[in-house]
Amino acid sequence: MFEALGFSAPAFFGQLLLGIINGAFYALLSLGLSIIFGLLNIVNFTHGALYMIGAMVAWMLATYFGIGYWPALLIAPIFVCLFGIFLERVFIRHLYQLDHLYGLLLTFGLAMIIEGAFRNVYGVSGLSYSMPEMFQGSVNLGFMFLPLYRGWVVAVSIVVCLATWFVIERTSLGSNLRAATENPKLTEAFGINVPRLLTLTYGFGVGLAGFAGVLAAPIYSVSPTMGANLLIVVFAVVVIGGMGSILGSIVTGFALGIIEGLTKFFYPEAANIAVFLIMAIMLLIKPAGLFGRTS
Amino acid sequence: MASTVAQPRAEAANRLGMSRQHMIYFGILIAVLVVSPFFFYPLFVMKTLCFALLACSLNLLLGYGGLLSFGHAAYFGAASYITAWSARDLGLTPELAILCGIGASVLLAVVFGSLAIRRQGIYFAMITLAFAQLVYFASLRAPFTGGEDGIQGVPRGELFSLIPLASERTMYWFVAIVFMLALFLMYRIVHSPFGQVMKSIRENEPRAISLGYHVNRYKLRLFILSAAFAGLAGGIKSLVFSVATLNDVYWEMSGEAVLMTLLGGAGTFFGPILGAAVIVTLQNQLAPYGAWITIIQGTLFVLCVMLLRGGLVELFGRIAGLVRRSN
Repeated sequence: MFEALGFSAPAFFGQLLLGIINGAFYALLSLGLSIIFGLLNIVNFTHGALYMIGAMVAWMLATYFGIGYWPALLIAPIFVCLFGIFLERVFIRHLYQLDHLYGLLLTFGLAMIIEGAFRNVYGVSGLSYSMPEMFQGSVNLGFMFLPLYRGWVVAVSIVVCLATWFVIERTSLGSNLRAATENPKLTEAFGINVPRLLTLTYGFGVGLAGFAGVLAAPIYSVSPTMGANLLIVVFAVVVIGGMGSILGSIVTGFALGIIEGLTKFFYPEAANIAVFLIMAIMLLIKPAGLFGRTS
Repeated sequence: MASTVAQPRAEAANRLGMSRQHMIYFGILIAVLVVSPFFFYPLFVMKTLCFALLACSLNLLLGYGGLLSFGHAAYFGAASYITAWSARDLGLTPELAILCGIGASVLLAVVFGSLAIRRQGIYFAMITLAFAQLVYFASLRAPFTGGEDGIQGVPRGELFSLIPLASERTMYWFVAIVFMLALFLMYRIVHSPFGQVMKSIRENEPRAISLGYHVNRYKLRLFILSAAFAGLAGGIKSLVFSVATLNDVYWEMSGEAVLMTLLGGAGTFFGPILGAAVIVTLQNQLAPYGAWITIIQGTLFVLCVMLLRGGLVELFGRIAGLVRRSN
């Protein structure tokens, strides 16, 4: 069928897969951004830098301590989570009463410090992180070869996204969190420790970014600047999806990754700007975003 | 008694539309511009002036409209490219090339601005940033921009086909005069009825709407004006350094513009100039130390947000207050 239309099927599905993988990262990152924004009212500009830290920690564990991929998949997100809690305790919490723009400016400054520090030590060129052995090789799906690691990335990110959705929408911890998002004062009056909830939420949100960083380490080159450019695309994804719903950011993340992948196949020149153009169109049609509330 | 004192002051203010204090500041600024080429490298001062103009253009939007654009590099960089291209490849005179650059910025601002003002606050910041990244990728790919190399060897040309700008001194006076004119124009905009309406929108948008103002129309006009000044800064920059590069459109440039404004004092008229001078000096001094400049700029961001939200202007105000009290 594809040959008749003049495409090669492996190339088509290859780009589609790349798109889904990008979409997985968009989903994980925009999910964290949405949760943090929903509760803390802060656009977390450090998100890209913390994603980078996740990947760098995985690389450092492997290079300096010989610790492999699987432990890193646990250690790096926890490290990023603790670092995030530190940032929230020391800096971010002082800004909750102020205009949201200050949170954005502060986290931008923090991101600059983090990236600058890593650039000082590791330069800007990419470091390579080897793939775990069990994921080397690929499986023939009939219409294409699926590299095992990429299949794993897609599967695990979908599981993590859905688990996050489940925790927030279906557990009592999640309902506390949603209550605090809706009305922090009243929630506090019911005896729930809202400041602690804020800290934990920030830690969890950035932990997701750290997790995405470890996932990205074997496929993208690990470098101090890897987070910054990705974050801007994720911002556009967030604008398109609206920060209103958890499921919304997951769906939007994957959908935009797929659209970007398809653009790369049909019209490669526009691949980098596809997401931004969609954002422009979305602003024309529905400024609040796909899943956003108008207020 | 109070009224008789206020009378002459108001009259003096009316002639130029300026308070006495601001007249003194303008006077000091002109004096500094006249004297500084004898103390500093003209190229350094010109760089400072370009960035000061960029910071002031951002401040016009942020300080007087309450709109934080995180993508002013788009307008700065687009003008830089178009000016460089029309000066080198079309052979236009510098003033026409700069006008072309400003025109490009204005066109971009009309499109991006009318989309971005549909959202507010942090969304506005994220949208402007995303659009700036779009311009960045377009500049990377466009046929006339020279990709990674940028447009190099831009001739400064002859102003009005009469005055050659090749020498640093001549270029300096051209830049200084344009800078002062632009600054004065911005001052007039801020203190015009239009500027007052913008301030009221910043303070209380629902009220401005209920008073019958077309808020979005005002915001868009301010956005376009701001982009035009950013374009002027970018155009001059490409002539001063004879080059337009991807750095001009990169998000780091947008971040620097925000930092300069914040550090000097957002919403104060002269603060961003001070902020730009500090940052450009830092960049020059720290150039050999690589990424330290990023760390220091980040630290300044954090310090400003945590401790000094009014910027250096506020700091000086506090110090002056302390001195007065101790006297």
